Amino acid sequence: MMQRYLSFLSFYTLIGWLAFSPAHAEDTPSIAHEVPASLMEQGHYQAILGDCMACHSAPGRPAYSGGVPFALPIGTIYATNITPDPIHGIGTYTEADFARAIRQGIRKDGRTLYPAMPYPSYARLSDSDIHALYVYFHHGVAPQPVSPPPNRLTWPLSMRWPLTFWRWFFAPNVTKAQQRTAAEFTDPVLARGAYLVEGAGHCGACHTPRGLTMAEKTQTAQGGSSFLSGGGVLEQWVVPSLRQENRTGLGRWHEDDIVAFLKTGRAPTGVSFGSMTPVIEHSTHAYSDSDLHAIARFLQTLTPATLHEKEWQYDPSSRDALQRADLSERGAQLYIDRCAACHRTDGRGYGTVFPPLAGNPVVLSKDPTSLIHIIKEGDTMPSLSTAPSSFSMPGFKKTLSDQDIADITRFIRHAWGNNESGVQKEDVKNIRSGK
Amino acid sequence: MAKELTEAGLSVTILERGEDRHTAETGAYPNSIDELRGSVRKRLFQKLSRNSLTIRNRIDQTALPYRQLAAFLPGEGVGGAGLHWSGCHFRVMPDDLRLRSATIERYGKKFIPDDMTLQDFDVTYDELEPFFDKAEKVFGTSGEAHMVQGKPTGNGNVFAPNRSSPFPLPPMEDTFSAAQFRAATQELGYHPYSMPAANASRPYTNPYGCQMGPCNFCGYCSGYDCFLYSKASPNINILPALRRDPGFTLVPQAQVLRITLDQSKKRATGAVYVDLNDHHEKTISADLVILGAFQLYNVHLMLLSGIGTPYDPHTNTGTIGRNFFYQTITTSRFWLPKNRYTNQFVGAGGAGVAIDDFNQPDFDRGPHGFIGGSPLWVNQAGVKPIAAASAGGGKGRPRWGAQYKSDMIETYKHSLSVDAHGSNMTYRDVYLDLDPTWTNAYDQPLLRMTFTWKDNDVRMNRYVVDQLKPIARAMGATRTELNMLDYNQPFDSRLYQTTHLGGGAIMGSNPRTSALNRYLQSWDVPNVFVIGANAFPHGLGYNPTGLLAALAYWSAHHIRTTYLKSPGPLVPS
Repeated sequence: MMQRYLSFLSFYTLIGWLAFSPAHAEDTPSIAHEVPASLMEQGHYQAILGDCMACHSAPGRPAYSGGVPFALPIGTIYATNITPDPIHGIGTYTEADFARAIRQGIRKDGRTLYPAMPYPSYARLSDSDIHALYVYFHHGVAPQPVSPPPNRLTWPLSMRWPLTFWRWFFAPNVTKAQQRTAAEFTDPVLARGAYLVEGAGHCGACHTPRGLTMAEKTQTAQGGSSFLSGGGVLEQWVVPSLRQENRTGLGRWHEDDIVAFLKTGRAPTGVSFGSMTPVIEHSTHAYSDSDLHAIARFLQTLTPATLHEKEWQYDPSSRDALQRADLSERGAQLYIDRCAACHRTDGRGYGTVFPPLAGNPVVLSKDPTSLIHIIKEGDTMPSLSTAPSSFSMPGFKKTLSDQDIADITRFIRHAWGNNESGVQKEDVKNIRSGK
Repeated sequence: MAKELTEAGLSVTILERGEDRHTAETGAYPNSIDELRGSVRKRLFQKLSRNSLTIRNRIDQTALPYRQLAAFLPGEGVGGAGLHWSGCHFRVMPDDLRLRSATIERYGKKFIPDDMTLQDFDVTYDELEPFFDKAEKVFGTSGEAHMVQGKPTGNGNVFAPNRSSPFPLPPMEDTFSAAQFRAATQELGYHPYSMPAANASRPYTNPYGCQMGPCNFCGYCSGYDCFLYSKASPNINILPALRRDPGFTLVPQAQVLRITLDQSKKRATGAVYVDLNDHHEKTISADLVILGAFQLYNVHLMLLSGIGTPYDPHTNTGTIGRNFFYQTITTSRFWLPKNRYTNQFVGAGGAGVAIDDFNQPDFDRGPHGFIGGSPLWVNQAGVKPIAAASAGGGKGRPRWGAQYKSDMIETYKHSLSVDAHGSNMTYRDVYLDLDPTWTNAYDQPLLRMTFTWKDNDVRMNRYVVDQLKPIARAMGATRTELNMLDYNQPFDSRLYQTTHLGGGAIMGSNPRTSALNRYLQSWDVPNVFVIGANAFPHGLGYNPTGLLAALAYWSAHHIRTTYLKSPGPLVPS
C-alpha cells in the first residue's frame, strides 16, 4: 500500500525521504512518570486515526520500527523507526520537536521530511491530540533498537534541500490550517468530520488530485471541488471520488453505508479491495462509531465535482434478457458462466457478501482500470475484528483471455443502466498485477 | 467446542490430520464446483492410503479393509465432514432421546427384540433446547417453526417440539420437485413441512460476526465447500472468528496416534501425533482433551489409547465400540410427464419438503412390529452431470446407446427422488473393535466394523417406502422405482449410502453400558470429552448433525460452568 504515495514521490526534483536520525541525545524528553490511562488511550487512538502503522510497521519487523520500502524509479527509500528508542527511533524528541515533525514536516535536526509523510494534513492536529500522540509514542510503544535499511538514492536526487522549498510553498501554516478547518462548520459533528478527514485521516493524500508540483490541489472542503474528487490511478487502482457525484462518487451511499464500509470493509453498496483494504485493516475499522458517522456526514456535504452527471437509474433490460436465456449481447455468456453465480443476473449482488455491479461507482468510473484489475487478479476481503469473514473474488487471468475479460468488462459497464463506455483488449493487456 | 473453550479463556490447540482450509481460497468459484475433482476424485474426503478401517457383516467373517471410499465418506482437513456435508439441520423428537423408556411404556418390554441393545440418551429435549437454539443461530439455519414458546406460529412441522425462538432465517424456497411432493402429501392428509437447512436463505451474520451469503441452489453442497459461503461449516461460521483469538492454535497435518494417559490410566496428559510435514512423532501436553475426530476415529482413538474397556459382544461387557449403528437410507425415484420439469441440476443440500408421519412418536408401530421410523422427503440436492450420466435412466434400463441417452435426459429433466431416511437400531453383534490383522501407515491396528442390516430396520424401511405408492400416484408419476432394503441382504460397503455413522462410544447413565456420561465426559478418564455422533446410543430418522451440534454446546456449557471450576467427574460413577 505504500506505493500509493509513489506517483508523487517520483517527482524527482523535490522528493526524497527522511531518515529520522536523531543527532543529539542531550535533550531527553521529560514526561511525567505516571501517564493516565485515558491519555495513553487517546494517544493510541490518534495513532490509529493517523494510520501511522501503515507506513511505519513493515511485515516481519517490530511495530513502528519502520522498514517499509518505497521502490521508486530513482531508488529505494525506507520508512523510519518511530519507536522511542533514543538511537534508532525518536526517543530524544521533545514534544515540541515531535509536534514540528508531525505538523510542519521538519525533523529535529531542522531538515525537511519527504512529503510521503502527510504533514500538510497533520498540520490540523490539535495540541491536545499531538500531546496524546507524543505520550503514546514515548510510553505506549516499546523502543526498538533497529534501523530500517539505508535509503538508496544517488546524488543529486538524494539532496534534501529542495524539499525545504516545496515545504515553504505547499505546507500550510499550522495555526491557519487549524483555524480554517475548525471554521468550516458550526455543527459539532460536521466539524469533527472535517477535522478527521482533512487532518489525521489524511484522506486527501490519495483521494485529492495533485497539481503539477505534486501537491494536493487543496487540503480542505473550502478549497474547492477538487478536494477528494478522486486521485487518479495508484497501483493500478483508480482512486475514486468521495464527493456526491451520483454515478462515480458517493452520491447514492447512505451515511450508514459509508460507516459500514470504513468499519467492516463492506457495505451493501460496495466492498473494499485494492489499496483501500490496508487502510481499513490498520486504521478505520478501529475508529469509534461517532467518528465514523462524523466522517460520513462530512463527506455527504461535499458537492459533486462533476456537474450534470446523469443520475444512475436501474435498467432491467439486461437482467430480463439474461433471465430468459437471451445471451446475444457481447459478454453475456461469459457473465452468466463466470460472474452471475455471485453477482446475480440482476447485477445487484448479495448484500455485504458479494457486492453489486449495478450502479457501483467503481464500475461506472470513466477509467475501467480497477474493474479490469479485479477481474484479472481477484482479491480477498480482510478478516477484521469487526467482520471476521474474508470472502474471495477469484482472479480470471489464467482462465480467460484478454478479449474475454474485455467483453465481460464491457458487459458489466453497459448492463443494468450502467451505460458506461466499452473496453478494448489492449486496455486489459496493459493492466498487470501490482502484487 | 474450541470457540467455547477459548471464550472461557483457555489456550486451545487443534490437531488436524489433514490440510488447513481457508474456504475463502479453496472454496472459490469456479474451481470449487468441479465434479471430477470433487465427488469423483474425492477432493475433501479422507485419504484412505494412510488410515482406514476394515469391514465385515458378521462375527464369523474376516474383515477386509475399506480401500475405496463408497458407502460413507469421512472428511479430512480443516472443517472435516462439516465442510462437505449437505446442510440438513434437524433437532430431535423428544421421545427419541428416551426411546427405550417410551417403547416399553407404549408397547411393553417384549416389543424390543432380544438382540437389540436399546437404551436412553440420559438427556432430555428440554435440557438441550437452548443448545439447539444456539447451534441454529451459529449455523444460520433456514426453516419454518411450528411452535415457539408454546404458541403455534407458522406452517412448520406439526410433530416438531416447542422452540424458544424461531429459525434465524426463513425457510428455503421449494424446488419444483419439493412443491409437487408438498401438494401430494397434503392432499393425502399427511403433514409436509420445509426441511430445516443450514443453507442460508438470506445473507446472514451469526453471533460470532461470521457472515454467510445466500444460497442460489447451485447444487454443489454435499462433497463441496460452498463458494457462496451459504452452507454452514466450521470454516465459514466459526473459524474466521476463532482464528483471530490469540489463545487459539491450529496444527494441520498432525495425525494423532493416541491420547497419552498417566500411570493410573485415569487422567489424560496430552497426545502423541505424527507431524506429516517431517514424519516425526511429537507430543503435546494438555489438561483437558477433547476428541472430535469424527465418530469412527473417536472410537478408534479411545481403543488405541486405552480409554475405557473395549466392548466384547460374547460376554456383553465393555463399552468402547458398543452400540454402533448406521442409517437405513433408500432412495426411490418418480418420473413425471414430460411437460413437467424437475431440472435435477437445481438443488440445495439441506432444502426440501418432508413428512414425519412415519417418524413421529405417536405413529403406532404396534401392528407393523418395528422400532424406529423414517421421514420421507424430497431433498433435491442437485445432481451433477457425471452423477446423472452414471445413473442413466434408472434400474434395468440400458447402460449405453440411444435409449440410454434419451433415458438419461428424461431422468435429468423430469424425474425426482424421494428418500426414506430411517433410523437404525443397535444390536449386540453390531460393534466396533480393533482389527487383529490389518494395520495403518503408523503400524497401528485398523478399526474393525462389524455391521449388517437387521430385520427390525428392514421391516421399518419396507413399510415406509411402501407408503410412497399413493404419493407417486398423487404426484402424477408416469413411472416409479421404489427402492427398499431386502431381508437378509447384507450391508454393501461398495455403494454410497450416507456418512451418518453413529454410536460406538455412547452416552448414558450407567458406566457399564455407556462410554460417556450425559455431558459426553469419559467415565474412565474424566479429563477427556468425546464429541460426535458416537455418543448417540441408537440411530434416528433425522440427520445427526443438529443433535451432535447441540450436544457439543451442551457439553461445552457444562465444561465451562462446572468442570473448569472443579475438574473431575461431572456425574459420580
